[in-house]
Amino acid sequence: MPRITVNVDGIAYEEEVEPRLLLVHLLRDRLGKTGTPIGCDTGNCGACTVMLDGQSAKSCSVLAVQADGSDVVTVEGLARGGEWHPMQRAFHEEHALQCGYCTPGMIMAAIDLLRDDPDPSEEAVREGLEGNLCRCTGYCNIVRAVRRGAAEMSRRSASESSAQEVPAP
Amino acid sequence: MIPASFDYVRPSSVEEACQVLASGDDVKVLAGGQSLLPLLRLRLAYPSALVDLGRLPGLRGIEDHGDHVFVGALTTHDEVLRSAVIKERVPLLALATATVADPAVRHRGTFGGSMAHADPAGDLPAVALALDCVFVARSVDGEREIPAADFFVDYLEPALEPGEVLIGARVPVLGPGWGFHYEKFHRTAQAWAIVGVAAAVRRSNGTVEEARIALTNMGPTPVRASAVETALRGVDLASAASGGTDPVEEACAEADDGTSPPADLHARPDYRRHLARVLTRRAVRAASG
Amino acid sequence: MTEQLVENAPSAAHEVGKARRRKEDARLVTGRTTWTDNIQLPGMMYVAFLRSPMAHARITRVDTSAASGRPGVVAVYSGRDFADEQGSLPCAWPVSEDVVIPDHPPMAVDEVRYVGEAVACVVATDRYRAADALEAIEIDYEPLDPVLDMTEALAEGSTKVHDAGNQAFTWKFAGGDIEEAFRDAPVVIERTYVQQRLIPSAMEPRAVVATTDGDAFTLYSATQIPHILRVMLALTTGIPEHKLRVIAPDVGGGFGSKLQVTAEEVLALLLTRRLGRPVKWTESRSEGNLTVHHGRDQLQRISVAADRDGRVRGVKVDLLADMGAYLMLVTPGVPLLGAFMYNGIYKMDAYDFSCTGVFTTKMPTDAYRGAGRPEATFAIERAMDELAHELGMDPVELRRRNWITHEEFPYTTICGLTYDSGNYEAATERALALLGYDKLRAEQADRRDRRDPVQLGIGVSTFTEMCGLAPSRVLGSLSYGAGGWEHASVRMLPTGKVEVVTGSSPHGQGHETAWSQIVADALGVPFEDVSVLHGDTSVSHKGMDTYGSRSLAVGGVAVLAACEKVKDRAKELAAHLLEASADDIEFADGTFKVRGTGAGRTIQELALATFAAHDLPDGFEPALDADATFDPDNFSFPHGTHLCAIEVDTETGASKIRTYVAVDDVGSVVNPLIVEGQVHGGIAQGIAQALFEEAVYDTEGNLLTTTMADYLIPSAADLPDFVTDRTETPATTNPLGVKGVGEAGTIASTPAVVNAIVDALRPYGVNDVRMPCTPERIWRTVTEADPAIWAGPTAAGNNIGDSAGPPATGGDTTDWAGPTVAGDDITGSAAEGGAR
Repeated sequence: MPRITVNVDGIAYEEEVEPRLLLVHLLRDRLGKTGTPIGCDTGNCGACTVMLDGQSAKSCSVLAVQADGSDVVTVEGLARGGEWHPMQRAFHEEHALQCGYCTPGMIMAAIDLLRDDPDPSEEAVREGLEGNLCRCTGYCNIVRAVRRGAAEMSRRSASESSAQEVPAP
Repeated sequence: MIPASFDYVRPSSVEEACQVLASGDDVKVLAGGQSLLPLLRLRLAYPSALVDLGRLPGLRGIEDHGDHVFVGALTTHDEVLRSAVIKERVPLLALATATVADPAVRHRGTFGGSMAHADPAGDLPAVALALDCVFVARSVDGEREIPAADFFVDYLEPALEPGEVLIGARVPVLGPGWGFHYEKFHRTAQAWAIVGVAAAVRRSNGTVEEARIALTNMGPTPVRASAVETALRGVDLASAASGGTDPVEEACAEADDGTSPPADLHARPDYRRHLARVLTRRAVRAASG
Repeated sequence: MTEQLVENAPSAAHEVGKARRRKEDARLVTGRTTWTDNIQLPGMMYVAFLRSPMAHARITRVDTSAASGRPGVVAVYSGRDFADEQGSLPCAWPVSEDVVIPDHPPMAVDEVRYVGEAVACVVATDRYRAADALEAIEIDYEPLDPVLDMTEALAEGSTKVHDAGNQAFTWKFAGGDIEEAFRDAPVVIERTYVQQRLIPSAMEPRAVVATTDGDAFTLYSATQIPHILRVMLALTTGIPEHKLRVIAPDVGGGFGSKLQVTAEEVLALLLTRRLGRPVKWTESRSEGNLTVHHGRDQLQRISVAADRDGRVRGVKVDLLADMGAYLMLVTPGVPLLGAFMYNGIYKMDAYDFSCTGVFTTKMPTDAYRGAGRPEATFAIERAMDELAHELGMDPVELRRRNWITHEEFPYTTICGLTYDSGNYEAATERALALLGYDKLRAEQADRRDRRDPVQLGIGVSTFTEMCGLAPSRVLGSLSYGAGGWEHASVRMLPTGKVEVVTGSSPHGQGHETAWSQIVADALGVPFEDVSVLHGDTSVSHKGMDTYGSRSLAVGGVAVLAACEKVKDRAKELAAHLLEASADDIEFADGTFKVRGTGAGRTIQELALATFAAHDLPDGFEPALDADATFDPDNFSFPHGTHLCAIEVDTETGASKIRTYVAVDDVGSVVNPLIVEGQVHGGIAQGIAQALFEEAVYDTEGNLLTTTMADYLIPSAADLPDFVTDRTETPATTNPLGVKGVGEAGTIASTPAVVNAIVDALRPYGVNDVRMPCTPERIWRTVTEADPAIWAGPTAAGNNIGDSAGPPATGGDTTDWAGPTVAGDDITGSAAEGGAR
C-alpha cells in the first residue's frame, strides 16, 4: 500500500493507505478529523470542502494518495489560539447555520472565495458558493455572513499591516 | 459510496505513464479526478489501475506561441481563469471555463481531463471544436497531433489510443476583429449544460465576415454548427436593429442542423433543438456586440 | 465561546423576543460535532445493504456464500436469515376502517416492491470491505410488472402491489351542503394539480450505530424522533423498552425525512444482538435518494364554486395519494393533515374532501416539510388565482372578499377548526407595500403591451396552516397511534445553574437557545446559566419529538409550565425561610421578596438551600425541580402573505425570481433570528418544489434522480435574497402566544411561485404549468398555446377568461398519466453523475 505524508491542521501524519481511500475518509475514519462531513457522492454538495494546499477542494473527490505531501486545513484548523476565525464568527453572528451540516464546507468555500475578491458583492458570494448546498437556511444569512466575515478580515489585515508600519516601542 | 479497488501508479515521466497505460485495457488516467472520482464512487467505472499524472512535470502551464496558445493538459480550470494570456489571446476559453462546475472543482479539474473525458455536456469540448484546437498526444512511439474535429469520436470517447497521453492542446489565436461568447443554458448553477453555444465572430464594418460556432450537448460529441457559420457570412448586424426580419435569427435557425440531441431528465430533443437556435442567436449577438 | 460576544452579555429580564445568537453554533462552526457517523466504538463493524435493482419481483434464489468469504467480512445475511425476528416496520396511523397495512419486512424475504428495498446485508471490518462484498452476493429475481401510475393502479385487473390490492385506504370528510353550494353556481373552477414526488434531502445522510452489553441496547441514529423510535423499536424487535436507549446526537436536518422507523435502524439492533458487536451503517446520498422516504406525490382535483362577485360558495377536493410500496410511520396520515386546509383562510358554505391512498412499486412516501398542508395550500391558492382570472378580478381583491377578517377571530372554519387569531389584512397590506405591487403590475402591463419575450408575473399566496401538532384528543379522533403532548423537566442545580430537559428533539431548529430564553425570563436566571438537554432517552426519558412545527408551541410551553412549578416550589421555600406567608411573596427578576420589605432570596439561594436541605418546610422534598407535560387544546395557525415577482423568458422557458416578499405572522416571537431563519429556509424549499425538484422514475420503476447531479437542489446562485417581515398576532391558545414556524415558508412559497409563472403566461392563454416549472415545461406550455389567444394587457394583470374560446393550455399533458414517471425516451443520466 502506498505510504503518504499529509499535514492536516498543522499536524504531520504518515499513513499507509489503499489507493482508493478518499481523502475525506482518511480525515474522518483514520485521523479522527470528523469536523468535515460527507453529504453526497458526486461532488455536488460541498459539505466536505477543505483547503488543499491553499485552495478549496471537495475532499470526497480527491484520493488520499493524491494529497500525498499536501497541506490540508479543515474547519477544525481555523481557530487561532482559541479564537474563532472571522468567518466562523460571522456565521454565528448572522445565524448562517441551522443544522450545521453544510457549515464546515460552506465556511471553507467562503474563505476561499475571498482570496480573489476580498469585498464580494452579494452576487459574487452567491456565485462563489454555487458548489455548496444548504438545505436549512435558504442562503440569505449565509450571504450576509460571508460579507460580514469579509469585512472583518479586511479590517484585520488592514490593522495588521498598519501595525507593522509602526515601529515597536 | 466507495470505489472498488484499483492499483495506483504515479509515473515519473510521460514515457512511463504511456507504458503503464499500454499495459492493460482497464488502466485509466487520473488527472484532477473531478469527473473520474464520482464515477468510481458510484461504481460506474472499474479500472484495474489508475495512472496519476497529477505530479508529472511539463504537462501544466500556458505558453503563448504567437499564432496559438499551448495549454498543458494538467493545467487546472482555475489556472486557465487566472491566466492573462488566456484572457487576452483566447478569451473564449476563459468564458467557457468560468462556467465549468464550481470553484472547488475548478481548482482540481484540468483542461486536458475535460477534453479527454469527451463528455458532450462538458463546456470545453465545444470551445476546442469552435476554435479548431489541435490536441497533442504522446505515446511510446512519439507525439501525434489530432485536430479537434477528429478528437471527439463518440460519447465519452476521445481519439486517444491505449497508451497515449494527452499532453495538451494548441489553441489558435484569432486575430483582431473577433468577438467571443459562451452561452450556457442550465437549470441550476452547478448543473450540466442542457445546451451550450461557443461562438467566435469576426465582423468588419457591421457585417459578419466569419463565424465559428460549436454546440455543447447536442449529440454524442460536440457539434460544429456549420450551416449557421455559412449563413452568417456577410450578414449585416445592424439590419435587425432597424426592424424587419433579423438575418442573424434566420441564420441561426439552422443551428440544430446535423445534430442528434439526447433525451434526458432535463430536456427532450425537440426542446434542445429549439434552444440551440435561440442560444446560438444570443451567442452570436453577444460575440458581435 | 458565545460569552465573548458583546450582544450576548448577561442580562436577566426580557430574553424572550431577543435576537440571541445560538448556543448550538459553537460546536457546529468549529467542527466539534457529534454526527452519528462520527461515532467510533471499540470493535465496531460496518454494515452495507444490498438493494433491489427491480421495482417488483419475486426473490427466487439468494446465495451469500461468495460474499461471506471475502476479506474482512464478518457476516452476510439475506431477508430470509432474519425472517423470524425482523418483524414488520410500523405504521402508526391506521387512518380508516378500510386501511390496508401490508407486512413490511425490514429486509425483503420473498418479494421486492421498489428499487432500493433492502434484500441482504454485509457486516465487515470497515466500510470499504462491506461495500466490496455486496457485489459478491447473488440474487435471482423473477420480474413482476411494476405499478407506477396511481390511476392505472386502481383500474380493474391491474397488477397488485400487495395481495389485498392497490387501494390503501379511502377517507372522506365534509362540512356544509356541498350540493347546494355547487348547484347553479355562477362560476365553477375545476383543476387538476400534480404534486410531484420530492426527495427531502437533509444534508446529513442517515446513519445508525447500535451496540449492546449483552443485556441492554443503545442505538444512535440520525433521527428526529428518539422517543417514538424507542417505543416502536421495542415493539418491533422485542427488545424491552427499558433495555433500549435511543440517542439522537447532532442531527443534520430532517424536514420529516427522519421522522421514521427505518429498516436500517431495526436491522442494526438485530445485527448487534446477533453478533454481539457494535455496528454502524451510514448511507450514501445515492442510496438515500432511493430509500429515504419521499414526499408529496399526490394528484389533486379541486373544484371551487363561486358567485360572480367572487364569493366562494364551496370547495370540493378529490385526492389520489401515492403511498409507494408500503405504509410507513405516518404515510397514510399525510393527506389527512391537508384535509382540513383546502379551505385556506377563506369563509365558505360547504366543503367536501375525499382521498384514496394508492400502493405503487415506488419508495414509500411520508412526511416532508409541511406534510399535507403544502399540497392543500397549493391547490386552494392556485385555484383562487384561477378564479380571480376567470372573474377578471385582481387576485388580492378576490382574497379580500373571502378571507376571515381580523374582527372575526376566533373563527370556526367549514372544516371545524377554530382559528384562534390572525390578521390577514395587515400581513397582506405590508407584503403589497414591500413588493411595490402596483408598480410591478404597471410594468407587467407594459411588457404585455410590448409583447416582450421576457414576461413578468406576480404570484400571490395568502396562507394559513394548522401546526403545533397536536391536541391528543384530535389525533385520537383521526386514528393516530400516539398523543401530541410534550414533556419538559427543569432542574435547579446547587450552584444555581439550570438544566432543562426537553422531549422535543432538535436537528437544526435552535431549541437550546430558544428554551434558554424562555427559562431565563421565567426563572429570572441569566441566559448563560441554562443548559438544554435533549435527544437521549436516558436523559430525556419522555417526549414526542420534533415535527409538525410543534417544538415551541407544545414543547416550549411545557418548559414554561415546568418553570412555573419550580417557581411555586421556590415560593413556598422562600416563604418558609423568610418567615412570611406564601401569599406575601412576590417574584421578580429571579428574586422572591416579601412584599413591602427588602428581604428576599434569589432562586439560586433557594436552589442551594434545597441541596443543603437543612431548613425546609415540613414535608418539603429537598428539590425545586419540576416536570410538566403540555397537551395543547388546539393547533396553532400561523399565517402570512407571500408575493413573488418572476421574470419568464418565453423564448427559452427560463424563469428568474426577481423579488420575493414574505410577511409571516407566527404569533409572539421568542427569537426573531431563528424565526427569520426558519422562514428563509422554508421559502427556499417551497421554491425548490415549484422550480427545481422532482423524483423521477422511469417506466421500469427505476429512480432516475439518484444523485444530486440529477435531483436538483438550488444553490445560493439559484435563489434570490428574500424580503421578509412579520406581523405579530399572538396565539390565544398557549401562554407564550406562539405559533409554529418550521413549515410555514414551505407551505406558502410554492403556490406563490407557480401563481407568478402562470400570471406571466396568462396572455398566452396558459392556466397551469406543472411542477417543477422547468424551462422545458414552460417552453412547451407557451409553444403549445394558441397564438391567437394572446389577450393583451389589462390593468389588473388578469384577463377575463372566455369560456367559449379555445381551451387554455394546462402544462404538458403528456406528463399527466403519471406524475413522477418519465416517458420512454428519457434515460437515466447517472453516468453523468458528478462534476467535471
